[in-house]
Amino acid sequence: MKNAVGRDIPEYLLTGGKKVYQGKNYMDGKYVTKASPTTRIYEKPQESKIVSGLAEALRLCGARSGMTFSFHHHLRDGDHVVNMVMKAAIEELGLDGLTIAATSLGAAHDPVAEYIEQGKVVGIQTSGIRGRIGEVISAGKLKTPAVIRSHGGRPRAIEAGEVHIDIAFIAAPTSDCMGNCRGIGGKSDCGSMGYAMTDAKYADRVVVVTDCLVDFPNMPASIEAIDVDAVVVVDSIGDPKKIASSAARISQNPRDLMMAENVAKVIASTPNFKDGFSFQTGVGGPSLAANLFLEKFMDERGIKMGWSIGGICGPMVEMLKKGKVGKIIDVQDFDLDAVRSINTTPNHFEMSASQYADPANKGAFVNKLDFVVLAALEIDTDFNVNVLTGSDGVLRGAPGGHPDTAAGSKCCVIVTPLIRGRMATVCERVVTVTTPGDCVDVLVTDYGIAVNPLRPDLIECLDKAGIKHVPIEELKEKAYSIVGRPDELQWEDQVVAVLEARDGTILDVVRKIKPYTIEQ
Amino acid sequence: MIPRPRPERFRLRRTMMFLSAQKPGLIKDAYIYGCDSIMLDLEDAVAENQKDAARFSLYHALTTVDYGDTEVIVRINGLDTPHWREDVRVCVAGGADGIRIAKCESAGDVRTVERAVLEAEREFGKEEGRTLLMAALESPKGILNAYEICCASERMFGVAISGGDLRKSLQTSPQRDGIDMLASRGQVILAARAAGIQCFDTVFTDLDDQEGFEAEVRQNKAMGFDGKSLINPKQIRYVHQIFAPTEKEVRQAEKIISAYREQSAAGVGVFTVDGKMIDIAFIPGAERTLKLAKACGMYEGDLI
Repeated sequence: MKNAVGRDIPEYLLTGGKKVYQGKNYMDGKYVTKASPTTRIYEKPQESKIVSGLAEALRLCGARSGMTFSFHHHLRDGDHVVNMVMKAAIEELGLDGLTIAATSLGAAHDPVAEYIEQGKVVGIQTSGIRGRIGEVISAGKLKTPAVIRSHGGRPRAIEAGEVHIDIAFIAAPTSDCMGNCRGIGGKSDCGSMGYAMTDAKYADRVVVVTDCLVDFPNMPASIEAIDVDAVVVVDSIGDPKKIASSAARISQNPRDLMMAENVAKVIASTPNFKDGFSFQTGVGGPSLAANLFLEKFMDERGIKMGWSIGGICGPMVEMLKKGKVGKIIDVQDFDLDAVRSINTTPNHFEMSASQYADPANKGAFVNKLDFVVLAALEIDTDFNVNVLTGSDGVLRGAPGGHPDTAAGSKCCVIVTPLIRGRMATVCERVVTVTTPGDCVDVLVTDYGIAVNPLRPDLIECLDKAGIKHVPIEELKEKAYSIVGRPDELQWEDQVVAVLEARDGTILDVVRKIKPYTIEQ
Repeated sequence: MIPRPRPERFRLRRTMMFLSAQKPGLIKDAYIYGCDSIMLDLEDAVAENQKDAARFSLYHALTTVDYGDTEVIVRINGLDTPHWREDVRVCVAGGADGIRIAKCESAGDVRTVERAVLEAEREFGKEEGRTLLMAALESPKGILNAYEICCASERMFGVAISGGDLRKSLQTSPQRDGIDMLASRGQVILAARAAGIQCFDTVFTDLDDQEGFEAEVRQNKAMGFDGKSLINPKQIRYVHQIFAPTEKEVRQAEKIISAYREQSAAGVGVFTVDGKMIDIAFIPGAERTLKLAKACGMYEGDLI
């Protein structure tokens, strides 16, 4: 069945009330019955929840084949915990038929690809997928299609019971003997633990894994002991060098800076750019640099930013300290400056992924966003964005908060170079739709700016400010005139991944790649 | 092959950005930054043993990239090198808009290059006289001969000061107030204006010293330069900002031109605008202001 972004979704996926994507805000006003976990009662006082190792924790939590284990990705490419837990479950306990429900998976988790190939891991649910795992899934080796959700879509699915977590494993930079966890104060600090919060509340069993045991009580706790069954102390939960860069630097690349300046100009031309406005941007070159130019416009107009959300890094914390931003509400930290600042700099707060971006709750921050600046791997002439699959069709990206912030904000600006290497970024039809075009408002490239025709109000703003813009088709043609028009990708029938829209409907599917052969 | 229109000898040249012709990644789309001219360099930015490779990449760029309205000039190697003749051939064959003669010291140097250009235009079947020339003055001798250099050819559209070598010869170094280059800049502006061609100031190389850069650009504008050579796209915006006319200047120019057209149609040569006497001598200045205003997005009328 064709959905609202023109993607054909196989009927066999539409069981149990599952629907295809119907357009923005389709679920508004409908009802959900929240799932509740079955948790063990700990009436008798315990001195400590520390157990001897992961295998013991797994046994204690009644780990069985066929279960779903969840993980967060705050340790990013430095994470050791996913691999350690899966090794203990599969190699020590001999479990199989397991599903991993992670907030994101990356190159750090390459060993899991092996378990997929062995058929021990049969399901993957994630908001990001990179490295070997993406490759083996794209090759059709995972037993069931992977489910890809946004950062907001994931807590929504957990709360609605569409994902049931049997055991949540929470990597914690510090924990006390009862399982109160914090993201700072240890040797593998990550700052915010926002992505793990829903897991702790909705999993049947919760195991904290830490490499830095601190005195009880570890306060203020990001994950509270009231939700934790066991604490495992290991030598190392991650490689600090790969968890957070020392400091995110603003790009000096002239191309990035030019695009960033144009992003700021676009934002400054709209009526919502006024005192107290709210803003989110990424840490990519032009996205982060947009801060720099936005600050200039703010100074010129004598206005301040009310609050900023998202993945946070040093340059944003710097703006908070200078008093240019009122508050930062932080779901994830990208560099050590942000890690050190959270919960210590006044007005720098932590939030959960649900609070950040969940479309089904009653107060997600993304819904109050004035502006978001986002990147894209590809964007097509309907403004649909792909941030998941590469030009070869292989899973190697992350929707993350992209679809959530795009949908919630009043103005979503995509910034990307027109071409990357030999590939046109602005194209006729993206490989996979990860953010639907009805949520995307403006595109800024190094070759020009385009505004979504669905936003005549923004077109008027740009015209008034004398900011040149062109139809997106013109940018696409320019790109093709430089790098050529690519051939269509070749797929087999097998669906290897289902891309859920943030509201739970199906936005797109990714199929198995047909091995490339050179015609004789 | 991308066709380029016949180059305009006199056009807006506020910013001329240098790029090494050896770097395809840089020259493939340098026009996106919005400078008036790009200067593809075969000289100092290219290592001695890479001159030939740079010419290939230059030729490929000239013939396959659509630079649109951005002027494309090539800096060729000095006349004391074995490279310059081949440089000229590749510029003409590729259809560059103009050639910058490095280390020019005399009218004779200009004529030498002019002859080679004409030969190349004939060799490659290009329109004769199409390829423009400019000279870079980099030595005290070049500065002293500025006027004869400016007048040496009908192809000459401008002269530029090149400060690096010049300061060494003058036994000085960059000074905050520009006193080091005062005499040279003054001489070059006088020569260019006397000859009726354009003049451009040297590059400002300290990218971290934005304050110093801005002060120099303001001084360039105040001294009467038409534009400046640049080494980084981030310098473009400020030069355009400073070289832009004021709102008042634009309105005044608009009034002068429309009044002049009305009055001269009625057979009147001298008239007043806002109490000031105006005659034909004011027209080129007013037209220049409007052209500039149009390029800066400050004027959308049809007087120019």
